[in-house]
Amino acid sequence: MARRQDTISTVLRVDCSSSLREVQRKSNHKWRCRRRFCIICIGVMKDTFEILDHTADIGIIAYGADIKELFSNAALALFSLITELESVQEKLHLDLAVDSEDRDSLLVDWLNELIYFFDAKHILFNRFDVRDLTYKSLKATCYGEGFDPNKHKIKVAAKAATYHMVKLEKKSGGYRAQVILDI
Amino acid sequence: MARWQGQLVKIDDYRWKIPEDYKAGMRVPGLIYASERMLDSMREEQTPEQVANVAFLPGILGYSLAMPDIHWGYGFPIGGVAATKVKDGVVSPGGVGYDINCGVRLLRTSLGEAEVRPKINELVNDLFLNVPSGLGSEGKIKVNQKEMDRLMVEGARWAVRRGLGSEEDLDVTEEGGCLGGANPGKISDRARKRGTPQAGTLGSGNHFLEVQVVKEIFDSHIADALGITEIGQVLVLIHTGSRGFGHQVCTDHLRVMEQAVSKYGINLPDRQLACAPIESPEGQDYLAAMACAANYAWANRQCIAHWIRDSFSRVLGKSPEKLGMRQVYDVAHNIAKIEEHTIDGHKVKVCVHRKGATRSFPAGHKDIPERYREVGQPVLVPGDMGRRSFVAVGTQKAMLESFGSTCHGAGRVLSRGAAKRSIKGADVIRQLEGRGIIVKTRSVSDLAEEASQAYKDVTEVIDVVHQAGISRKVAMAVPMGVIKG
Repeated sequence: MARRQDTISTVLRVDCSSSLREVQRKSNHKWRCRRRFCIICIGVMKDTFEILDHTADIGIIAYGADIKELFSNAALALFSLITELESVQEKLHLDLAVDSEDRDSLLVDWLNELIYFFDAKHILFNRFDVRDLTYKSLKATCYGEGFDPNKHKIKVAAKAATYHMVKLEKKSGGYRAQVILDI
Repeated sequence: MARWQGQLVKIDDYRWKIPEDYKAGMRVPGLIYASERMLDSMREEQTPEQVANVAFLPGILGYSLAMPDIHWGYGFPIGGVAATKVKDGVVSPGGVGYDINCGVRLLRTSLGEAEVRPKINELVNDLFLNVPSGLGSEGKIKVNQKEMDRLMVEGARWAVRRGLGSEEDLDVTEEGGCLGGANPGKISDRARKRGTPQAGTLGSGNHFLEVQVVKEIFDSHIADALGITEIGQVLVLIHTGSRGFGHQVCTDHLRVMEQAVSKYGINLPDRQLACAPIESPEGQDYLAAMACAANYAWANRQCIAHWIRDSFSRVLGKSPEKLGMRQVYDVAHNIAKIEEHTIDGHKVKVCVHRKGATRSFPAGHKDIPERYREVGQPVLVPGDMGRRSFVAVGTQKAMLESFGSTCHGAGRVLSRGAAKRSIKGADVIRQLEGRGIIVKTRSVSDLAEEASQAYKDVTEVIDVVHQAGISRKVAMAVPMGVIKG
């Protein structure tokens, strides 16, 4: 899905007065809202992630020069959906270890691990140090703080990362991954 | 995503078949209930492909079914029904969904619109405070681990035992509010940790409470039997499920099923359809855990119903009994049930997966309460926030054709993102207020996601199932006050 590479300008072109049909046509999985969240890498703007729009739910597309960065960016994408990343400070850190069946599952399980800490422990993360990565396992230190209703706005309460259309692929110059979230 | 180009064979105005030879691996044909008008958006969304994919499940019987409110889901479409043979078929957590026993409960009152309308603001505010909702909300009830075990096994009865409701409520709840076979030993520590603080909360997303007014009665004999006696009568609708608990149960068991797929050599076109033989340890464990989550959701709706009665009583100054606040029914619309169905003249034990579909048992069926045995099981079909909802009943035709199943709601047409971009939350509030509907929510901007424009019109959906004969419409109600989680 989502083969077109339209950018935020497409979003703005969706006029509020457009007919339902028109909005539907433009939005129906077919374009992605490229978020402003980018990193400067040796002077070059480089995408870290995008948000994927899906009729029933929302997905993420993450990029990385290597798999570690890919996993870290996927987690950033997840928390950018949940809250404003800028509002989260590094007040605590958590060491996680995830084991899985294969690499695709590892990505899904990694995100589900983070969703668990968000939903059960109400922790928001904004930085991830992924290490000891193998095909089936990883360790990571995640930095963030506890949810504070006076400080953090919860935009979307992600409840699960799904295996549906999960994709992790090598692209020129790095990796790309796609995961659909249940919210 | 490209438009779906497969063949849909017209059976009649409301039934469309995906031939079994559409795709190698399909074990049965697909059957979509829809009007011709609806097919276009289904093709656009590729949902028939998902209907075809479900037909791969080992042991699937009859058809891979799709209700008119079908929309694109993970693996299974939302609005999908699949019955698999218990003896050699599979159970698939994806065929139930993450929000296990997401469902609807309808309360009736003896109040008329004129009595409630002047106090609707006060009532909505009280309900908003009294029923914990929104992100990160925690329940008013504190549940320790021992109690949590009992809640998982007893379901709605657990809440009634704590004084939150009556025996009569249980009588008019699907399965009596308690699905058998629940085993808390099959629940992970994580699911417990997510579920315990969220017991008795409405949650967020598309979950809501609505104070409604009956606008139309299509069958007064049946409506009378359900206690819906006149136009203008006030009803209350609760739409919620098993919160983070159900999600964790689904997540945990999908991991197990992923391994089971290769262990049992099952060929599937989509990983999210992961499944295991019903009689395998993996299948049995899932069903035991799913029952815990289903019971959690029934306990949840039971608690919320009690607090709603409490709020009405406080605002209107009379006891819930004096206000005639009795339950019409409570249905699950994300669940797998072991049921007996007649296939080619033989009684067969099957596992009916209803993902965004409602049970629709006919008059005379042993599994529906005595008081409704003459008219059929109530089917509750909420529309989008602010439009209209329907009450229907189950039919014999549903038993013959759709494993006793029908639609569950409106079904999305706009993604949440698209809705937010094209609709403003504040405009939604203004529009609803213009129609006399008061809305209370924690997040005004999120309201756009649930605006009417983001959903199909539930009227079209109910007309298809009514015309196809898999349920019979009884009454229609419109909202007066909405609390969105």
